[in-house]
Amino acid sequence: MKGMTLIVRTITDFVVAFIVVFGAYIVLYGHLTPGGGFAGGVIIACAFILLMLAQGKEVAFSRFGEKTAHVLDSTGALVFLAIGGVGLTAGFFFKNVFGRGEPFRLLSSGMILPANIAIAFKVVGSLYLVFTALAIFRRRSFRSMIEDELT
Amino acid sequence: MTVYFLCAVLLMMGLYCLVAKKNIVKKVIGIVIMDYAVNLYLIIIGYKHGGLAPIVEPGMNAQTLGRFVDPLPQALVLTSIVIGLGVLSLMVAMCIRMYEKHGTFDMSQISKLRG
Amino acid sequence: MNLVPLYVAIPLLAAFLIPLLGMWWKKSGEVLATLSTVLLSVMAIASIGAPAVVHHMGGWPFPEGIAIVSDGLAVLLLIAVNVVGFLCVIFSLKYMQEYTGLPKYYGLFMLMIAGMNGVVVSGDLFNLFVFLEIASIASYALVAFGVEADELEAGFKYLVLGSVASIMILFAVGTVYAVTGTLNMADAAREIASRFGGPEMNPALLLAAAFFLMGFSLKAALVPFHAWLPDAHPSAPAPISAMLSGVVIKSLGIYAICRIFFHVFGFAAGNPSSVIIANAMIAFAILSIVIGGLLAIGQWDLKRLLAYSSIGQIGYVMLGIGIGARVLATGGARSLAALAILGGLFHLINHAAFKSLLFLSSGAIQQATGTRDMKRMGGLKERMPITAATTNLAALSIAGVPPFSGFWSKLVIIVAAVKAGHVVISSIAIAMAFVTLVYYVKLQREVLFGAVRGAVEKAREVPAVMYVPLIILAVVCVGFGLLYPVVGARILEPATDALLNGAEYIKLVLG
Repeated sequence: MKGMTLIVRTITDFVVAFIVVFGAYIVLYGHLTPGGGFAGGVIIACAFILLMLAQGKEVAFSRFGEKTAHVLDSTGALVFLAIGGVGLTAGFFFKNVFGRGEPFRLLSSGMILPANIAIAFKVVGSLYLVFTALAIFRRRSFRSMIEDELT
Repeated sequence: MTVYFLCAVLLMMGLYCLVAKKNIVKKVIGIVIMDYAVNLYLIIIGYKHGGLAPIVEPGMNAQTLGRFVDPLPQALVLTSIVIGLGVLSLMVAMCIRMYEKHGTFDMSQISKLRG
Repeated sequence: MNLVPLYVAIPLLAAFLIPLLGMWWKKSGEVLATLSTVLLSVMAIASIGAPAVVHHMGGWPFPEGIAIVSDGLAVLLLIAVNVVGFLCVIFSLKYMQEYTGLPKYYGLFMLMIAGMNGVVVSGDLFNLFVFLEIASIASYALVAFGVEADELEAGFKYLVLGSVASIMILFAVGTVYAVTGTLNMADAAREIASRFGGPEMNPALLLAAAFFLMGFSLKAALVPFHAWLPDAHPSAPAPISAMLSGVVIKSLGIYAICRIFFHVFGFAAGNPSSVIIANAMIAFAILSIVIGGLLAIGQWDLKRLLAYSSIGQIGYVMLGIGIGARVLATGGARSLAALAILGGLFHLINHAAFKSLLFLSSGAIQQATGTRDMKRMGGLKERMPITAATTNLAALSIAGVPPFSGFWSKLVIIVAAVKAGHVVISSIAIAMAFVTLVYYVKLQREVLFGAVRGAVEKAREVPAVMYVPLIILAVVCVGFGLLYPVVGARILEPATDALLNGAEYIKLVLG
């Protein structure tokens, strides 16, 4: 994959950081406002997918490698399970053992915030991996064959 | 009632696409249409005309509480969409692999197993 | 405190830890999968005879929380899933070495076990659907694991039909929720019984029941929903075929049908809808027995023969359960319903043992001879005595030769059918039991006995790590036949009681 024109590449380079920050905000405030781990994770993953579309595979992999994505994918799920397991020490799987905190503050709602972060890790990793796994097939020939098939 | 009927029509359209089309990518599209028809059905179950967001605040009376929409089907649909995404990506990956093996998307040319 | 959630949590932990560690440690899959399946098997076997327990997730009681329930029926399935899973992992250690990407294989394998355990212990309709999808997605990927043309085609077929089944099940779950306003199975059962009991059933619920029956029958590969099975089971690697035929079609199909129809919908006497459902179950069962059996005779591919035989045998399981349901729905004696269901569940666990044994043996044979074509085999017992002996034992058992386990379970089902007055059905079942004998005699004659010929000449006995699981399963086959009083009283009767006592299930979950 070579990427797109100079204008697109410059703009995406500039915009990606903001999209990631916005995604992180959605994740961190998921227990207070609409959003959460899945929605925020999708936004962050989309930022890197955008980078891959605009600048090509090499640039995207240099910022966010496949191995990192694999690690994020697995650790997210493991952290989520660990949060559930911590609850088991209090007698029930996923029982809240953290303090509830004051309503409408960032550090509140017990385990929802760490669980959201864990889900976000998982979603970022796996969505990015799904995209790269599908994009890694020879893209040029694939495009031509779809045109052949659909016409 | 009409909306439920339209939902069923959408489901049947997906099923038709799945059964009648030979191209495996179109079959995948058929499955996705069916999946979304069911998601739509779940959303309609929870829909309430003029409903309110189900956030309880102090001082709400029973009448206001009765106007809340049911949030549970929306949670179900979210889960179901994520599952659908997983299945879709697996299907697309298999389609690509099958194209690599056979050089075609036509199921009648791919098919060798007898069922 | 009880540890029921660990049936899901342990395999999930293994499923995510294996690919993570697999990046640096190539043997992570083998080690972690073996450890976790051993632990799960021990947990499942240790829970024999334990009282039924319910775990409220997050400490939230009914109606907020999600319930995880382990009763007699769940214990039966947990033993089958985890023990067969463990033996398949042991078999995989050597068998799967020729494949690449082993951490992914073991990760998916553990994910499949997590999904099946989740389906079995779930006390909530939507969670049942989610776990069903987890197990299904893992099995779609595992069927296509070889990524050759046949594997991909079989996997795609399985994926498409499995997705249609999942969509039907989700539709039915939504309809039940729309009518009853709850997803908790026990609560839904109470609502259905209190509001729609008596002679009439709500048409929306009847629609939901039809969709549930179609969806789960597709997962269980009952005829006429069987088209995917004869392709998918032979194409998968042998341990996965053993898992699919041995436990996946049972835990995702038969178990879910039992749980939903006996506990949520209930078979009340004098309810015409219940009779319709029970009749449909018996019809699917008879079709599966006849068509699966007849198609199996003509097969020359070893694994395809076994796959068609799976369809026929799952029909026997369904027949026992369907007759039990019909007896309940027509107001017959409860002890007769218990007998029929006992027969069905006994055949379920027997089939889990001998069909996984047969598929693992077929994998050993395929690896030793390099072919699955029965025309190119013969005299296997000269070259591979242990594999041949276990295969022979499983074949005798599945064909219903006394005193092996398959004979007793078929006998119980047929006796129950006769007692319930279904003479035609029972004679079909007896006739098809002889057809089963015919195609397993064919398997014996073509593959095991006779002169050494074809691909068998160069074959050698597989290593110990592959034949030890075969021997264990063969011992189980014989043991279930000879030690029926122990097995029946400790495992099967609690399961039958749990299935028949819907009211107790409701009381257990709702507290």
